[in-house]
Amino acid sequence: MPAPHVTLHGVTKVFPAAPGGQPVHALGPIDLSIDKGEFFAIVGPSGCGKSTLLELIAGLVQATDGEIDFEGRAIAREIPDGIGVVFQEDACFPWLTVRDNVGFGLRETVLAAGERASRVDGAIAMMGLREFAGSYPAQLSGGMRQRVCIARTLVAQPRLILLDEPFGALDQQTRLLMGDEVLRVWRETGATVFLITHALDEAAMLADRIGVMSARPGKMIDVVRTDWPRERDSRIVEREQFGAITSRLWKTLRDESMKTMGRMTTPA
Amino acid sequence: MSRVRIYQTAVIAGFVLLLEALCVGGVIDKVTMPPPHRIAVDFFKLLTTKTLYPEIGKSMANVLLAFVLAYVLGIVIGTALHGYRTLRDTLDPLFATYYAIPVFAFYPLFIVMFGLGDGPQVLIGFLLGIVAVIVTTLNGLDRVPNVLRKTALVSRLTPLQTALHVTLPFCAPYLLTAAKLALAYAFIGVIGSEFIMARSGMGYEIGFAYTNFDNATMYPLILLILMLSIVMNGVLTRWEKVLLARRGIA
Repeated sequence: MPAPHVTLHGVTKVFPAAPGGQPVHALGPIDLSIDKGEFFAIVGPSGCGKSTLLELIAGLVQATDGEIDFEGRAIAREIPDGIGVVFQEDACFPWLTVRDNVGFGLRETVLAAGERASRVDGAIAMMGLREFAGSYPAQLSGGMRQRVCIARTLVAQPRLILLDEPFGALDQQTRLLMGDEVLRVWRETGATVFLITHALDEAAMLADRIGVMSARPGKMIDVVRTDWPRERDSRIVEREQFGAITSRLWKTLRDESMKTMGRMTTPA
Repeated sequence: MSRVRIYQTAVIAGFVLLLEALCVGGVIDKVTMPPPHRIAVDFFKLLTTKTLYPEIGKSMANVLLAFVLAYVLGIVIGTALHGYRTLRDTLDPLFATYYAIPVFAFYPLFIVMFGLGDGPQVLIGFLLGIVAVIVTTLNGLDRVPNVLRKTALVSRLTPLQTALHVTLPFCAPYLLTAAKLALAYAFIGVIGSEFIMARSGMGYEIGFAYTNFDNATMYPLILLILMLSIVMNGVLTRWEKVLLARRGIA
């Protein structure tokens, strides 16, 4: 049985009250264990705290209660080493070329110039950006810019890759192809991947296990195991089991999404 | 040459030709203004005789000093203020009304404090420019996407590294606007101060020439200030266009 790579024990997040408002219980308590090298996806209704959960694991925000361990060490008050994050929004630095954007991931790493260049070239090649190495982000499509961000994350060789709806802004075809890219990277690097997505088919296609979160405050209400082989790509959507998984996810999520819709339509 | 550039050149050429016609035709008398061709000849003489080079050098050095001080300190203060919301809110009314304050009115006070040397002139150029730089820097920093700050955090950058490698480079177009403003204010502050109570400098020479009806010195110096200001702003504008083009904005 593989060792747990990331564990969450009773993790809760309550955001302090805005002036004149109430504190917002965003998340938890959540207990979760993610294995080393596993591809774990999270789905849930809008506003259930999916991105907050990712930011807690990344060390970008502090939990109100509970503990998060990464490789056996508690994540507290600092960004842990070995974690890379790809955000939903375009996080390319517009003033840097693709090569410099990717190299930015190594800015705080002590490496010889040769090793640094080799890693940057490797990440650029892995994401199919070799001929655009000297281009600026404004000259690239949305999908290519997201590949630059993934390359920038990969170049630091993270052991845990956190993906926060990285394909949210892309069209369906590009999303499927980007999914293939992520699966390839996952296999080649051996890293643990934690994916936040609102797309049930994306989660069903990519993940080994899928955590389903309730409406706010987000709790883990189901964990679905896909049992896909490690060697897989987007053609997995043709399998009968794919339909069964997405169907189960939607069955669990429908009531939670209705709750969120009700909250959105009910006057305050 | 682009169509816009042709129109711009035509407007300037038309204006100069109109002035030439008005001067030669006697509508504008010679004591008020010599014709542009005469100014051009005097301008050439000014550059070749080199007699006013020390005055020009002194003024330009003071403009440069006022500009650098206003620009560097303005960016540093703007960046620091951006992290302290309460302090920024406290100072906002001052920034909003700052340019209603006639800084030149304090010139006699500055002379009492710093003497008749270059200090008060540089100080006025600096005071005129710094708030424009602070406000423009804050404006740029407000527009840094949150995702870039998060990227800096996960890259384990310190706040100083984040400012130097992420937020300020993102603001580069705003910082170039700030540079143009600081430069313009440095010119206004230094040359304007030299007019009032200085003993040397281009402003002083223009004022001296004016009171002595020395159009052969006054107009070439005005033309020189105009050209220096336009060339410096032109370089910054060109640089700004390159930056914006890289970002797909131009």
